[in-house]
Amino acid sequence: MEKDKNGYIIEMQGICKQFPGVKALDNVSFRLKAGQVMALLGENGAGKSTLMKILSGVYPRDAGSIRVFGQEIDTISPKRAQELGIAIIHQELNLCRHLSVAENIFLGREKVGALRRLSQREMNREAGKILDNLRIDLKPTTIVGDLQVSKQQMVEIAKALSTNARVLIMDEPTSALTSKEIEELFRIIRQLRDEGRGIVYISHRLEELQHIVDDVTILRDGQFVAEMPFASVSLNEIISYMVGREIKEKFPRVSCPVGETIFQVRHLNAGRMVRDVSLELRKGEIVGIAGLMGAGRTETTRAIFGIDRKESGEILLEGKPLTINRPMDAIKAGVVLVPEDRKRDGLCTKLSIRDNIALPNLDIVCGALTTVNKRQVSRMTQGAIKDLQIKLPNDLVDAGSLSGGNQQKVVVGKWLARHSRVVMFDEPTRGIDVAAKVEIYHLMNKLKEEGIGVLFVSSELPEILGISDRIIVMCDGRVTGELDVKEATQERILELATRFEKKIQTA
Amino acid sequence: MEQKPNVFKRVFSIRGMGQVITVFCGLIVLCGVFNVVNPNFLGSRNVANLLRQFAPFLIVGIGQSFVLITGNIDLSIGSVLGMSCMTSATLMCNGWHPLAACIVTMALCIATGLINGVLVAGCKLPPFIATLGTMSVARGIAQMVNNNMNTNSIGDFAKEFRDFFYYGKLLDIYNTFWIAVVVWLIFNFILSQTRTGRHLYAIGSNIEAAKLSGVSVFWTTTKAYLVSAACAGLVGLIQCATTGTGTMDAGLSYEMYAVAASVIGGVSTLGGQGILLGTVVGAGVWSVLSNGLQFAGVAVGPRNVIIGVIVVLSVLADVVARSGRFSKKPKVT
Repeated sequence: MEKDKNGYIIEMQGICKQFPGVKALDNVSFRLKAGQVMALLGENGAGKSTLMKILSGVYPRDAGSIRVFGQEIDTISPKRAQELGIAIIHQELNLCRHLSVAENIFLGREKVGALRRLSQREMNREAGKILDNLRIDLKPTTIVGDLQVSKQQMVEIAKALSTNARVLIMDEPTSALTSKEIEELFRIIRQLRDEGRGIVYISHRLEELQHIVDDVTILRDGQFVAEMPFASVSLNEIISYMVGREIKEKFPRVSCPVGETIFQVRHLNAGRMVRDVSLELRKGEIVGIAGLMGAGRTETTRAIFGIDRKESGEILLEGKPLTINRPMDAIKAGVVLVPEDRKRDGLCTKLSIRDNIALPNLDIVCGALTTVNKRQVSRMTQGAIKDLQIKLPNDLVDAGSLSGGNQQKVVVGKWLARHSRVVMFDEPTRGIDVAAKVEIYHLMNKLKEEGIGVLFVSSELPEILGISDRIIVMCDGRVTGELDVKEATQERILELATRFEKKIQTA
Repeated sequence: MEQKPNVFKRVFSIRGMGQVITVFCGLIVLCGVFNVVNPNFLGSRNVANLLRQFAPFLIVGIGQSFVLITGNIDLSIGSVLGMSCMTSATLMCNGWHPLAACIVTMALCIATGLINGVLVAGCKLPPFIATLGTMSVARGIAQMVNNNMNTNSIGDFAKEFRDFFYYGKLLDIYNTFWIAVVVWLIFNFILSQTRTGRHLYAIGSNIEAAKLSGVSVFWTTTKAYLVSAACAGLVGLIQCATTGTGTMDAGLSYEMYAVAASVIGGVSTLGGQGILLGTVVGAGVWSVLSNGLQFAGVAVGPRNVIIGVIVVLSVLADVVARSGRFSKKPKVT
């Protein structure tokens, strides 16, 4: 295939795309060279995914031109994109979990022999070759559903490469990976780049860009903003391009006097991941829990909230012991959880905002015959929308249609409607954009000022350091240290987070 | 990889084989128990009968398995069976050559399958509703073809027909069984060894992934419904030959027997899982239960209760076994 004179393998110009009610893309340009890793950045809804879906043939474009390897392309279907050498790895992994690695890699392009019989062995062999080339340690015959998410991601990459893709689009590939797995992914990306393939990299985690990205293209509200070499800009500049204004404080901090202890957990044990955990929350402070993946942070919040069974331990709210065997016990007492995976555990995405907010509060809004008092629900919803500044057309739209940040606010809103005393946040800013993150921080600060206990689990150290007043570090199911934010540094936290027990574990 | 590992390992490594083997052991135990209750159960006469009764269950089970693997369901199987039975009988009573009658009947059944496919995969109707509709329509046609009456005996018109589907024997086993074997061989090959088969699993496993990989969801789903309807039509012909008349009620609730045969054998109603060898064992369990209980002198009422309970328990045991296995696995995040 011939390259364009300027070395561009992809040139998109004047791309427009209209969805019912929204102009998703307005006159957007995008270019990619061979052997280049191009970051495509922008807030949620800026049009990154839409642009890439147009390039990979998932959506048709309304206007604009696309040149691939210097050749003008009229219409692109997923199949045509594949033939052109464009492969996309979607944000939600698209694998058949009941099929094997090799079967997934060759799905839709199965090799057949005599009698149109599948050449199973040949496909296994070839899949093995592709995996070996990428130095991915996977057996082609393993069932995909048995693999960890990170390995599944590798299968997606192998699948993309089996079509001999020259252009690889990755949409948020790291959102579900641990730092070690991310390193593995970066190694593969570098290898692919060195082989002369062009890579489009979409991510919200700006910090990780420095490890792999050569250039950045920034979109905002469906419009092209800038394209430049990554080395020439600072992260802060990138952020201001993305949001269109400078974000003064990435981590807004309010200080208020620390009051009495409102919530205590003493010697909590719940399975292997929660061992002898003690912590306390005081009025006017945010307590962060830091740790590596699998340190038992999520498990601790789940045990407190009554999802997982506790083996021993005490929980005290304002000095009074509390028995929490089920989430309902915790909710009634005013101890609530904003879960990690808001779409799965936090919201009914097909119900309206109003119904979502009413759901855990039905005991409050129901009358004598357990009929729902609609007026009360409406008042409750309006209150939450006003308090939390949730942006939405009206409170009857599906919760799933909101942006990540606003969804998170709805989850918080349903708890605040019942005057909760303690709110536990588990990774509240995962997968939401910079501006929305700041709003979530403001929200946490607001709770802190109101004297509500705030417990905050996060994997991102800058965020933990920026928002919490006190930091608890966990490792392997135990609390390994507690730091005041003034004395905490990333190094110090990491040191505590890797303090594994020396003993050999007898599980 | 080049050298062949031993046969046992290879058989066990086939997906879904675990459950098939478990259920097969259960089937052996069932046969043993029934033989103790009545030693004639495994006598040559009853075994011949048993195999003849087993065939229709297996064939409709194969059809339903195809549809279930794509993550859909076909409720029209029983009615299509009835339609096939009535149509073929009526045509033969009116002097049609049996072969011509069979061809027209099968064409009618396959058309119904096509409609199911178009409704489910093309119009995106929920399969439960779409096939509920065709179920009623097909039963209605079964009642209309002979003016809301069962037909007269076809015995005088179609001796070859009855011989081929019911009375005839090969190697001392009734033809009906051999027909089922041939049907199974063909469709097992398609499901496990061809591109279409792979696509059926892919659609049932993750329809979005299949679509983005260039699999034609419409055609593949429609093919499954075509197979299902063809299987039902074939059993309708067998049924017609068995009773020698067209009966309007033929095939009543066969779609559920077909679900039972599939599910007992390990085909998941959620799609993407199961093999046709499982359907064989599942159909075996069902026919051994109904034949064995009858042989042991259990009345119809208690018989149905026992069958129902055993089916639910067997699937429940599998669910428990699986969830137990999963919970033991350390959760990796």
